Amino acid sequence: MSEHTPDVTVDARGAGCPGPLMDLIGKVKTVDEGTVIELQTTDSGSKDDVPEWLEKAGHELLDIVDQGDYWSIYVRKT
Amino acid sequence: MQRILIVGGGTGGTVLANRLSEKLGDEIDAGEVEVRLVNDGPNHVYKPVYLYVAFGQREPEDALRPLSDLVDSRVTLDVDRVTDVDTDAKRVTRRDGGELDYDYLVLATGATLVPDETPGLVEGGHHFYGPEGAEKLRDALADFEGGRIVLSVVGTPHMCPAAPIEFTLMVDDWFRERGLRDEVEVHYTYPIMRLHGKQSISDWAEPRFADRDIETHTFFNVEEVDPEAQTLHTVEGESLDYDLLVAIPPHRGDDLIVESGLGDDGWVEVDRNTLEADAAEDVYAIGDTATAPAPKAGSVAHYEAGVVAERLAASVHGHVPTATYDGKTICFMEAGMDDATYVSFDYENEPVMRDENKFVHWAKLAYNESYWLTARGLL
Repeated sequence: MSEHTPDVTVDARGAGCPGPLMDLIGKVKTVDEGTVIELQTTDSGSKDDVPEWLEKAGHELLDIVDQGDYWSIYVRKT
Repeated sequence: MQRILIVGGGTGGTVLANRLSEKLGDEIDAGEVEVRLVNDGPNHVYKPVYLYVAFGQREPEDALRPLSDLVDSRVTLDVDRVTDVDTDAKRVTRRDGGELDYDYLVLATGATLVPDETPGLVEGGHHFYGPEGAEKLRDALADFEGGRIVLSVVGTPHMCPAAPIEFTLMVDDWFRERGLRDEVEVHYTYPIMRLHGKQSISDWAEPRFADRDIETHTFFNVEEVDPEAQTLHTVEGESLDYDLLVAIPPHRGDDLIVESGLGDDGWVEVDRNTLEADAAEDVYAIGDTATAPAPKAGSVAHYEAGVVAERLAASVHGHVPTATYDGKTICFMEAGMDDATYVSFDYENEPVMRDENKFVHWAKLAYNESYWLTARGLL
């Protein structure tokens, strides 16, 4: 569990790299600033790709939570 | 009478109709099964032709053939548009022909371009994903004698993931052949941290782009195009000027899918192996329409159609369907105007890259001609 409550969830489980990151970027483009997005991914590469993009794009990485059979990556659009 | 209804006469729908006609021919002849293909126009479109239209090598008409020439006579061909799907009642509504009940429904409605989702892109950008766009780009390239060409992957997911790299290597070679390459800067932008979604394809492209002085920009997600200033602005806060912009526009599936509750953005949520829709019984989706994590490419639609044909034939015969799709994909990739390579991969196996050569280029051109045998379900 995470202390963060997402406004929007992107379920990219089952998609191979770079699907989850692409899905996240697509969602970030469409939501308002301040929105908290939970990206659900089964691709371990997302744990590196997503923070790298967030740093470049200037959005906030809130948390990465191991949910057992997938990861939840919490992001706030800034 | 068991009624199989296919919506969409692109590669997936057409191959499926012909495969079903072959597998269920006796039942169709006996009046026990109907295979009906509904398409909102009389023609089948082979979209890979448009890449070559942009370079003046093909005409847009080369992409078209009447569905009536491609689809077996046992298939009921219905030129109409499906406007509503009711998966509880197992019934669709057509624009002109009224309601139609089905026992099995296959959605193969494909992808459409939505360049207006990116502000300024319609006014500022060219593309080669449709007949008018490819002709305009052909004319713009023919008139272009110097400046900066930017190939930008704006929309994902998009049809034919190989095409942006192909176009970039082709345009480089095309200007070299015309003696203008020194006057032209070629730039390539991609949304993620490398040049292609597949690591091995990106690794193949990187040294080739470097050798040919193609500048690359990664983590580059276009938010807006300023057609007056001829500048791209990105989500990441960067800007890039262009003289000629060739964009891969954003794509969406058909509104019909969204309205019927089968998936967001017009893509039907499916099981990646069975291709059965998550949200409804006896509904399949194939090709660009399906969310299976495979490229939006003709070969995927082709192989998925084969799997769904086997599954439906099994169901009609009262057997348990066992055929599954493993993500099989094969794509030719042009590496210039005279060389090409090809890739094949599936859900479990990454592409193995091979050096480009002339034979594969000829094979690609030959396949573009023999594609019509694929549509007929023969190749």
